[in-house]
Amino acid sequence: MSNKRALRDNALLGLGLVLMVAALYMVFVYVPTEKNMGIVQRIFYFHVPIAWVSLLSFFITFIFSILYLWKREMKWDSVACASAEIGVVFTTLVLITGPIWAKPVWGIWWTWDARLSTSLVLWLIYVAYLLIRSFATEPARGARYGAVIGIVGFIDVPLVFLAVNLWRTQHPTTIVFEGGVTVPMLLTLIVCIVAFTTLYIILLVQSANLKIMDADIKHLKGMIQAE
Amino acid sequence: MDNIGYLFAAYTVIWAVVFGYALMMQKKQRQLQRKIKLLQDSLDKSKTNS
Repeated sequence: MSNKRALRDNALLGLGLVLMVAALYMVFVYVPTEKNMGIVQRIFYFHVPIAWVSLLSFFITFIFSILYLWKREMKWDSVACASAEIGVVFTTLVLITGPIWAKPVWGIWWTWDARLSTSLVLWLIYVAYLLIRSFATEPARGARYGAVIGIVGFIDVPLVFLAVNLWRTQHPTTIVFEGGVTVPMLLTLIVCIVAFTTLYIILLVQSANLKIMDADIKHLKGMIQAE
Repeated sequence: MDNIGYLFAAYTVIWAVVFGYALMMQKKQRQLQRKIKLLQDSLDKSKTNS
């Protein structure tokens, strides 16, 4: 790894750490407790940024899948796959933290409402994306199949986002855009979103590097066999 | 302080999964680096032999 790249990675890691500490301080010390839901509402400050990162991940997968199919360069596929992997991790967290919030507030862990159902479908689509890639016999074929799922599967992302407006759901609507939060709440949410977006970038860089290293190994193996 | 257990559970799960994923990547990186070094060495050896 070059010195410049190591410096950039360390700077990004440092920034991520500072932002995450600031986010935790704001969530547990700075922001006031919400009147109706009480302390459990503080899950919202991490649940929403995690959901944002999961949708962003699949958007990046969508863009880089198009790039891969267009240019046929494996580096674009590496980014698409790395982003989908992170997206699945974060969607898993959304599907776990959502019910943990729902139980004390709604009295139930889960309901088949539009936002929850489309989120579960999104998770299933991208788990299938990762499974199909891992089962493919040739890397190029896996990348091609993955790119198609990465593009078609993205249809569910706007559905997840708009579900609360398109259908009558139990899930809270987009209260932030409707002015339903106070200034400290909004500030805390913004800091948390920036912190989690930085964490996503750190993970994406690391994960894409791993995929590139994996491709290097396959290339080296080919060279040894040719010798 | 009602429902603090749920808040604790949510934050524990988030950090456990994020750290678990980061550790998994770090472990894989070490394995791949070792593999690359082995392959590079064997490639250099076969080049000097031929």
